[in-house]
Amino acid sequence: MIPTVSTVLDDQDPIVPEIIRGTGHLPEMRVDPISLFTRVREECGDLGRFRLADKDVVLVTGAEANEAFFRAPDEVLDQAAAYPFMTPIFGKGVVFDASPEERQQMLKNQALRGDMMRGHAQTIEAEIRRMIAGWGEEGEIDLLDFFAELTIYTTSACLVGKPFREELDSSFARHYHELEHGTDAIAYVDAYADIESFRMRDAAREKLVALVQAIVDKRVARGKVPREERDLLDVLISIDMDTDTITGIFISMMFAGHHTSSGTASWAMIELLRNPEVMGDVVQELDELYADGSEVSFQALRSIPVLEAALKETLRLHPPLIILMRLVREDFELLGETIPAGTLLAASPRVSNRIEDDFPKAELFDPSRYLDPRQEDMQNRWTWIPFGAGKHRCVGNAFAMMQMKAIFSVILRDYSFEAAQPLESYADDFTKMVIQLQQPCRVRYRKRSS
Amino acid sequence: MKLAADLGLCQGHQECLAEAPELFGFDEDSYQVVVRVPEPSEQQLPAARAAVKYCPAFALTLED
Repeated sequence: MIPTVSTVLDDQDPIVPEIIRGTGHLPEMRVDPISLFTRVREECGDLGRFRLADKDVVLVTGAEANEAFFRAPDEVLDQAAAYPFMTPIFGKGVVFDASPEERQQMLKNQALRGDMMRGHAQTIEAEIRRMIAGWGEEGEIDLLDFFAELTIYTTSACLVGKPFREELDSSFARHYHELEHGTDAIAYVDAYADIESFRMRDAAREKLVALVQAIVDKRVARGKVPREERDLLDVLISIDMDTDTITGIFISMMFAGHHTSSGTASWAMIELLRNPEVMGDVVQELDELYADGSEVSFQALRSIPVLEAALKETLRLHPPLIILMRLVREDFELLGETIPAGTLLAASPRVSNRIEDDFPKAELFDPSRYLDPRQEDMQNRWTWIPFGAGKHRCVGNAFAMMQMKAIFSVILRDYSFEAAQPLESYADDFTKMVIQLQQPCRVRYRKRSS
Repeated sequence: MKLAADLGLCQGHQECLAEAPELFGFDEDSYQVVVRVPEPSEQQLPAARAAVKYCPAFALTLED
C-alpha cells in the first residue's frame, strides 16, 4: 500500500475556485506545491500518493525510486500526456517533447550539437553585450525582466536562427512571458477554463502568431535567399507550413531553454548577493581567467570551476522545474509496489535535491559540495536532478551551463552588483506550473573602476 | 580505475571525445559512445575525470 499524504487545504473550502472544488490536492498544489511535495516525502517516504482531480499521483523520491522512474522506457512511462497545461501554449499538433530517438536525431543534425557550441557562445556573448550596451555607470534592473528578455534573444538566435532573432524586440519577450504565466494547475481539470491567466495566455499566443506572420510576410515579399543565409523559418515557409504551426514549433523549441535559463541566471545572481564570499571568489576567478585577454566565447566552453560550482548549487536549491510527470501506460513495478496504468508518476527535483542524507545541510548554499572529493552531483546522480536524469535528461544542459558561464563572465567583470531590496525578499512565484521570480526582484549595478 | 559508459543514458553529445579523445570512440550507427580504454593509465586519469565530469548525460563513471 502506498500511503496518501495528509490534506491541509480542504478541497471544498470557499477560497477554492469552484472549478477545482472536490479535486483532492489540486487546490493546494495550485498555491503551495513545494509544501505539498515536501510533505509527501516527510509523511510517506520514497513513494507517496496525492490526488489531482480524477488522477492518482504517486510522487517518488530517493535514489532507487528516482532511478527506476528515469530509466523507464517511454512506452511504460509517457511524458507527453502528463502536462495538459502545455497543449494550449504549443498549439494542437505540436509535440510536447521528442522521443529519445528523435532527441538523438536533433543532437545529430541540429543546434545543440557539440561542435555548434562555439558559435552559440559567440552569439550569446554578443547578445549580452547588446543588452548592457546602454547601462552607463550605474543603474537598476529587474532580474526577471532583464533575463527573460535576454534569453528570448539567445534562444531564438541559437535555436531558430539569427535572421529570425533580428526581427524580435521586447514585445516578443513580453508576450512569451504571458504564455508562461498561463500555466495554472487548473489545467489538470480544464486547460481551456475561462480564467484570467488562460485568457491572457490565448491572447498572447495570438499576438505571437501575428508577430511571426509579419516576419513571414516580409520573407515572402523578399523572395528566396541563398542557402547559407536561410534559417529555420525560411525552411518551414518553403514547405508551406501555416504560421500558427510555425509559431507553435518556435514556442516549443524555445520553451525548454527560456524560463529555465532566465530563472537560473536570476537565482545565481541572488545567491551570489546573499553569499558575498562566494561572489568574491567568483569575481576573482573570472578576473584571473580573463587577465590574458582571452575571449568569453572561448572560456565559456571550458572549465570555470568556482563559477560552475556556484551555478550547480543554484540549480540544486532552485531547480527551474519542481515536478516532472509521466503517465503510466503499463502497470509499473516500483519498490515492491505495482503502480497501475493510468496513474501519474512524478519525481520532484525540488524535493530530491534537498534530501539531507545525500546533501548534508541541504538548505545551505554551499558550492564546495562540487569540489573533489565530495562531488555531490556525480555521487548522487539520481537525486541531484535539476536537469532531470536518464534518457530524458535535459538535452540542452551543456548549452545552458555555457550560457550561464558566458553571462556571468561578461557582467561580473564589467559591473559590480548589490541588492536593491532586502535579500530575503527575493522569492519565486509558485502559483503557476512554470515558476518565475516574484516581482519586484531588483538589483543595482555599478561599473567597476578598471 | 575502471572507466565505463552506461548506454542506457548516453545521448550522443560527444563531449567526452573532446575532453579525452584517446579514451573514447563513437559508434555512428548506434550514435553512442564507445569506451576504448576501460582502464586508463595514471597519465590518462585527469582527462578521464574531466570526461566524466562534463558528460551532459551523466553516462560515464570512473570507479575502483
